[in-house]
Amino acid sequence: MFGYYIDLATRSLRRNKALTALMVLAIALGIGASMTTLTVLHVLSGDPLPGRSGTLYYPQIDPRDGQGYLPGKTEPMDQVTWIDGMNLLQAKRADRQALMTGGTVAIQPDNSTLDPFYEDARYTTADFFPMFGVPFRYGHAWNAADDEAHARVAVIDGPLNDKLFGGGDSTGRTLRLSGVAFRIVGVVGDWNPNPHFYDLNRKSYGEDEGVYVPLSTSQDVGMNHDGGMDCWGNGGGGNTPAHNAPCVWLQFWVQLDSPARAAAYRQFLVSYSEQQKALGRFQRPPNVRLRNVMQWLDYNQVVPDDVRLQTGLAFGFLLVCLVNMVGLMLAKFMRRAGELGVRRALGASKKALFAQLLVESGVVGLVGGVGGLLLALAGLWLVRRQPASYAALANIDPEMLFATFVLALGASLLAGLLPAWRACQVTPALQLKSN
Amino acid sequence: MHFRHILSALGRHRIAVCLLVLEIAFSCAVVCNALFLIGTRLERMHRPTGVDEPHLVQVDVHSVTPGTAEALMAQTRTDLATLRALPGVTGVAIVNQTLFGDSIGFSGVSLSDDPKAPSIPVTQYMGSAQLAGVLGLKLAAGRWFRPDEFIGYEQLRNGATGVPVIITRAMAGHFFPGQSAVGKTIHAFGTNRVVGVVDRLVQPRDYGPAEYYGYAMLFPVEMPYPGGTYLVRVKDPAQRQAVIQGALRALKADGPLRLVSPKYATTLEAERGKYYRNDRAMAWLLAGVCLLLLVVTAVGIVGLTSFWVAQRRRQIGIRRAVGATRGDILRYFQAENFLLATFGIALGMLLAYGLNLLLMLHYELGRLPAYYFPVGAAVLWGLGQLAVLGPALRASRVPPVVATRSA
Repeated sequence: MFGYYIDLATRSLRRNKALTALMVLAIALGIGASMTTLTVLHVLSGDPLPGRSGTLYYPQIDPRDGQGYLPGKTEPMDQVTWIDGMNLLQAKRADRQALMTGGTVAIQPDNSTLDPFYEDARYTTADFFPMFGVPFRYGHAWNAADDEAHARVAVIDGPLNDKLFGGGDSTGRTLRLSGVAFRIVGVVGDWNPNPHFYDLNRKSYGEDEGVYVPLSTSQDVGMNHDGGMDCWGNGGGGNTPAHNAPCVWLQFWVQLDSPARAAAYRQFLVSYSEQQKALGRFQRPPNVRLRNVMQWLDYNQVVPDDVRLQTGLAFGFLLVCLVNMVGLMLAKFMRRAGELGVRRALGASKKALFAQLLVESGVVGLVGGVGGLLLALAGLWLVRRQPASYAALANIDPEMLFATFVLALGASLLAGLLPAWRACQVTPALQLKSN
Repeated sequence: MHFRHILSALGRHRIAVCLLVLEIAFSCAVVCNALFLIGTRLERMHRPTGVDEPHLVQVDVHSVTPGTAEALMAQTRTDLATLRALPGVTGVAIVNQTLFGDSIGFSGVSLSDDPKAPSIPVTQYMGSAQLAGVLGLKLAAGRWFRPDEFIGYEQLRNGATGVPVIITRAMAGHFFPGQSAVGKTIHAFGTNRVVGVVDRLVQPRDYGPAEYYGYAMLFPVEMPYPGGTYLVRVKDPAQRQAVIQGALRALKADGPLRLVSPKYATTLEAERGKYYRNDRAMAWLLAGVCLLLLVVTAVGIVGLTSFWVAQRRRQIGIRRAVGATRGDILRYFQAENFLLATFGIALGMLLAYGLNLLLMLHYELGRLPAYYFPVGAAVLWGLGQLAVLGPALRASRVPPVVATRSA
């Protein structure tokens, strides 16, 4: 029966090509617009480290003075000071922990055909690599002993390795950063978590750092800090604050392997805050948060407002397209009242007619879905040409491909319901007589 | 035209009428809000900065090897003199942050040193003596800094306080509403006395609530070149590229190995374009969606009206046979569409208002100004009339003889 309905549907759709084309176009436009924006939203709100993000937490404490504090309302600071970061790091209360910040370093290639250039860098302690599951193409990360020893070692990423060393194994070679020689110990493999969750003060999406050096070493060499910095009281200006300045400019991440560990760590943050208050460093009552990666991204509203607005707009557009399709479908089905009357008179039940008409709208939906997919691919191509930092990520994945057809089919069936029901109400006798 | 007749005829196609009205209403709601969003984007893109943008170019020089504070300051002064001597240059300064740039520095500012006093973050510009002149700032009250008031950045970093400050008129209005700010003190880097008020200067990039955009402070602090950017004021905007080339050549020829690259030298106008490109892209996108939406709506109107015309061929024939002219038939369908559009627009206005409330809830967006309603209405009325013209003309060509044929 289904095959017969499909046959009937294609015949009927072919009969009035202009109307069919209009319906397909309407649904294709709606689906294309919605899928373009949904794909962007899907990519941007994705999990940067699937499988790991649930056990990674971002502790927040509040070392500020009493000024402007509203109990229960004021969120603690988004980063930590050097002193607190070091205290928390050395407390070693988590399964893994890393203190880090971002900056830019000048690279002087040995190869004299290349001018010195700037590269984004991450200054971090050793746990960064195992904690975030960073894969290595060559070599390995540095270890805690290197942190202690302020070792002049560096890890670089693939693109920089390609640029400087032609993609070969560069471990053991020398890299001049900000005028100081570093030994390359590892080359990072394919690793590009998006959003750039561990430091949202810099770009949230797009390329990662090219160079990683131990935090301790970066401070010795006087590498400059880039990114967010928030000072209070008589905090100094400038890019790299003094270590005792009342400024937050470092990110501290911990790995806590079980919820019980997380609860215990939260308790530790509270007691740390109390202890610091007793010492007179903190003035506020303990004000701590312990968010995991997805909660942290959510709290920071990392998905740009514009993208959410575009998605809403696209769905408004799809709605208009659907209403439009309902109208056109109604016109089409009502015009066939005679034919439907004949089928009724020959014994087809109302249910059978209804099914037949829904199959017809489903066919329109599927064809519209294919058109919508093409339009979405074109739309995503346009998005990739946009200046936004997330642009390069806008690619359709199998999940969204499947969603496109589900959406198209669902939307067209929904649009077909009312016209099909209305058309089934024909009285066969009346239709037969008038013809 | 007898609207009563049209209404009773429409009553026979209730579902189709509802659909058309709904479609027009949704379009109207989305178009009104999209136009408003485009308007807010355009407005945002045209906010003045208070700076003479067309005459400014900026050159960022980075150090490759760290040096002593004294050596860096000395090199900075040499660089400023070198740049000042270039042909076509009327002024140079060094500043800690540039308009539309990536970096932005803030200090919490309050009116007393009591830690409980309310404070707001205000961005600070630190620059050499020429900065105000190079930027083309206009003094609204008080005075500029005196030459002896300038200190080096290192001194500020080591805790120098009591530095005088110049603030913007908007910031003065926030802290000292209804009174002159000159001579008052604020607390930013210790205690700072306000010596002048400038007409306007803005944050390098938007940060915090929209009204904070115009809050900024100037401090007489000379930055070393790795922590700042050279601003060069040119005599003639047409010479900007030539000045950039000259500046790069001159800086490269002098001093230690440094990063002097065309990548870090640009005009302020180019920076403005870059800063607002997302807004421009969004405005284009909204305009594109509006256009598509109107096309889809028009398609719907054409489709349904054609269907009606086909259904009513016999009635039209009868009307022609009993004396209606072609013009009467044409006008009938036009009036019908006008009526439908009016219902749609009325419903659409309500939806537009609701949609705006929803947007205000989730985004930082103002109330939809009333003048967008008539604009949206006019657009949809016009669209409806245009879309109905084809089917209506076809209807008007139905010959009277149709009435005599049996269906």
